[in-house]
Amino acid sequence: MILAMTVGVLAAGGTYLLLQREMVRMVFGVGLLSHAANFLLLASGVPAWRDEPLVDRMDLAQAADPLPQAFVLTAIVITLAVTIFMLALAVLGHNDDTRRAPETGETHEK
Amino acid sequence: MLVVTTALFVAAFAAPLVFRRLGRSTFYVLAAVPAAGLVWLLAQLPAVLAAEQTAPTGSDSAPPGFSVPWIPALDVHFAFRLDALSALLGILVLGVGALVLFYCARYFKNDDPNIGPFGAQLTAFAASMFGLVTADDLIVLFIFWELTTVLSYLLIGYARTRIYARRSALQALIVTTFGGLSMLLGLVLLGQLAGTYRLSSILAAAADGVPELAGTAADIAIALILVGAVSKSALVPFHFWLPGAMAAPTPVSAYLHAAAMVKAGVYLIARLAPGFSTTAFWHPTLIVLGLATLFVGGWRALRQTDIKLILAYGTVSQLGFLIVVTAIGTPDAALAAMALLTAHALFKAALFLIVGIIDHQTGTRDVRKLSGLARSAPKLFVVSLLSAASMAGLPPLFGFVAKEAVFESVLAAPSLADGRFLGLGVAGWVLVGIVAGSVLTFAYSARFVWGAFATKASVPATEFRPVAWMFLAAPAVLTAGTVVLAWIPGTVETLAAPYAGLFGESPEPIHLGLWHGLTPALGLSAVVVLGGAAMFAARGAVARVQDKLYPLIDAEKFYRYTIGGLDNVAVWVTGRTQSGSLQYYLMVILIVGGATPAVAAIFMEQPVPLSALAFETPTQLVIGLCMIAGALLAVRANKRFLAVLMVGVTGYGMAIIFALHGAPDLALTQLLVETIVLVAMVLALRSLPARLWESNPSGKKWLRAVIGIGFAAVMVAIAVAAQAGRVADPISLSLPKMAYEIGNGHNIVNVILVDIRAWDTFGEITVLVAAATGVASLIYVRGRGDGGRATADVEPGSVGRGTEHIHSSSRRTAALAIARHFAESAREAWIVAGRTLAPERRSIIFEVVTRLLFHSLLLISVYLLLAGHNLPGGGFAGGLLAGLAFVIRYLAGGRYELAEATPISPGTLLGLGLAIAATSVVGPVLVGGELFQSAALEFVLPVFGEHKFVTSTIFDVGVYLVVIGLVLDVIRSLGSEIDERSEGRGITERHDDVHGTTEGAAR
Repeated sequence: MILAMTVGVLAAGGTYLLLQREMVRMVFGVGLLSHAANFLLLASGVPAWRDEPLVDRMDLAQAADPLPQAFVLTAIVITLAVTIFMLALAVLGHNDDTRRAPETGETHEK
Repeated sequence: MLVVTTALFVAAFAAPLVFRRLGRSTFYVLAAVPAAGLVWLLAQLPAVLAAEQTAPTGSDSAPPGFSVPWIPALDVHFAFRLDALSALLGILVLGVGALVLFYCARYFKNDDPNIGPFGAQLTAFAASMFGLVTADDLIVLFIFWELTTVLSYLLIGYARTRIYARRSALQALIVTTFGGLSMLLGLVLLGQLAGTYRLSSILAAAADGVPELAGTAADIAIALILVGAVSKSALVPFHFWLPGAMAAPTPVSAYLHAAAMVKAGVYLIARLAPGFSTTAFWHPTLIVLGLATLFVGGWRALRQTDIKLILAYGTVSQLGFLIVVTAIGTPDAALAAMALLTAHALFKAALFLIVGIIDHQTGTRDVRKLSGLARSAPKLFVVSLLSAASMAGLPPLFGFVAKEAVFESVLAAPSLADGRFLGLGVAGWVLVGIVAGSVLTFAYSARFVWGAFATKASVPATEFRPVAWMFLAAPAVLTAGTVVLAWIPGTVETLAAPYAGLFGESPEPIHLGLWHGLTPALGLSAVVVLGGAAMFAARGAVARVQDKLYPLIDAEKFYRYTIGGLDNVAVWVTGRTQSGSLQYYLMVILIVGGATPAVAAIFMEQPVPLSALAFETPTQLVIGLCMIAGALLAVRANKRFLAVLMVGVTGYGMAIIFALHGAPDLALTQLLVETIVLVAMVLALRSLPARLWESNPSGKKWLRAVIGIGFAAVMVAIAVAAQAGRVADPISLSLPKMAYEIGNGHNIVNVILVDIRAWDTFGEITVLVAAATGVASLIYVRGRGDGGRATADVEPGSVGRGTEHIHSSSRRTAALAIARHFAESAREAWIVAGRTLAPERRSIIFEVVTRLLFHSLLLISVYLLLAGHNLPGGGFAGGLLAGLAFVIRYLAGGRYELAEATPISPGTLLGLGLAIAATSVVGPVLVGGELFQSAALEFVLPVFGEHKFVTSTIFDVGVYLVVIGLVLDVIRSLGSEIDERSEGRGITERHDDVHGTTEGAAR
């Protein structure tokens, strides 16, 4: 239950932050959301304490499912790349807070 | 066949080049290509006519044809077949095509814009049309069909600067493409019903009465195909696009919109008639629409004042006529239809070309301005008179022969269908309609000749420049055909006979000829001539009646409303959905992402087992609570730095949970990633104001909270279900065995990454390279910034000087004094570029620790890389650790220290890593294996003993290098470059700057 609750709080906080206008907050949001997603992936493979999936070193009957782990490993590194890229975007503007949407150059008749 | 089509396409592609050299004379060269094709086709005729028309391609008695598999999985073949119908159409397409191209050489001027592309399009059109009539595969037929549509669009829109031309071109494209799409549906349906896409096989099956091709499904398929044919041949209610298409140059009108393309619909109906003329929708659709078109076209032709539009509406009318006769489906009607098709192509193409000459020589096509041309252009007048008389159905011309044949075939036709209307059978009504339409045809033919050539009392004689015989040659040849064929009608009969034979034997076969004696058909012709003449004579009265009735229904208006409505809907939908706000898009994505599984769960039949386990270990509970607190604080934080730390708390918590769950690789990687992200964030935050906006300017706080909680609720439900949801054996049961026996590794997760799912990992490192390059180019703007200043050139103590305000308390002053002393005395003692830092920025302890740690960390990272195949570790973890070692060097010694530590630029590292990974992917293929195949090499090293090297480690080395490159790029961009830019200005001072400027102008 505590795992599910953690997923819930991470996802709620991540979504809330992601929907803001400030770039840095969105970066934080992506970070929390990705943690939640990784948790979810891991939960699908590991119902309880399990041993490390190492052939010949552990009892395979007790070992955790390695497939979700491989997925999560990929996800962690991709999240790193995304976070860094978004940070670079945030830094570009010096001030990441946008109080209004930028002009599109269009004019609308009333 | 293919040679002719290909030669025409090649000529089309080469045309623009030739135009540059020869100018408009290129049209002569182009005309030679279809002319040569025509000669080839005529040489094939004996074989075509002697062949058994229904025999399958390949058998001895079959018409010439061939088939090459094209998309075998879909049973689509590049199949062509030249039977009698194709040959007849082919002669018209190539013959008229050659003459029109010949005519173009005098119609256009050398300096007309876009003449090269125009010539290419017209030639390509001839190729497509020939391909269309010879194709023996439904899909191939459709492709040529759409090619003619597209080329027609380009040719109508030749005058690019005229809005009317562009609009007409688009209108023709939309209407015929609409029909084409319907036709494609019908063709696919028909092909699926028949079990083959071979046209000849389908028709043979239909003629044999195969049950699959006689049901309702087949009726629907045919109805869909008829929509295509009807739209292409401009029948009511699609007729309006054809007069609009007259915006094209006149040769195009003559060829596409009179002789060739619009005949594609007639061809398709003629092609399908032997097999499907008895299906449910065939006669009702085609005969009703055909007669309506015959009448509407003729009626409106009488109103036109532009001689080209008289012909255009006349063409609409004639197409209706042709469709009716073609659709009847008796051997006599088939013969008559072929005769009428030939006659129409000859006289209508000739008349259009004559209109082109008049337009060219006088500058007008308006009947109210043209006068006296019969006197000033006698040769042109004679040619026109003959062709127009053929159109009107006057003897002794081929138009008359064809029309007689039509009357006879309809008179001889058994009643087409049961049921009578107002005392007449269907055949009777067809006859009445045809006679009425022919009266109108006579009247507008007369109007055309009168309008173009008569001397009108109130109009001054139009100036007419003498016309060159080369210019007149094409219409003259076509008109000669009209005259000559009337006297040798047997030629056309011989050509059409095999096709007519497909409908069985006629009890009393009709024959083409000028004189059959005093027959009812002759009487009908007399009625037509008298009625038409009377109508022309009373044209004033007719016009008054038309003014009162006109316009009854305007199909074009309906089209415009439809298109306008569609545009409005598109604008409305776009305006409502594409607001340009990132938050809005994210909201939509998140709501859909949350709602979809929720809705699916509601409709799930079996209840999902839920896990009720509160926590598995006490540690898990504590860590979980810490993470929850961290996440909540990260949301509530009003300073960026606090938020960064709290996000870090959740990240490190993750690492511990991974460790608890038997995932040491994940724990290690998460730990390293979290540290690097933390450093990167802190580095990035230096250039941002400290405080976050406390009141969010975009508002909608509650909406965001609701979406967040809703999305989270779905995630929780999935998490609870997922923990207890495993009811079947996982696919990963076989992975341990595969990992050890095939991948030669004990660490299953690592083997999955570098071997079993290596494609995935390869994609992933490509993403890393892209992200690293993106970060570097965003920050450096110009290039990756791989070059840099040498440390030796830097003045000692110059880096970071004065970027921070130092409080002048006595303790700090004393500390600074010690630091200065250290800076001066211990030059390069611990780290290479320590001397470049400002003394107040240096830390003795940090430098010493760095000195001790750096090489150890690198060594451990290499160990992780190599051991990863069997123990926790691998390329990712190793690379991240090595990256962390460089991060420490940077933090201790500044940007010059980092530059000293990395003799190879990050860009090179990234490229090298990707190259090594790619080599290990492709390498096995070179030695005869498969992509990503791995092998184990066992060897004995002195001292170290027995060793096993698995080749997939090479792939991991690539990953290792890419990850190092990424980390280096991050600290170089977010660290070094920002340091350099901010140097000499206090951080707090810069913040004041930022606050003082309006956003958007900050940079």
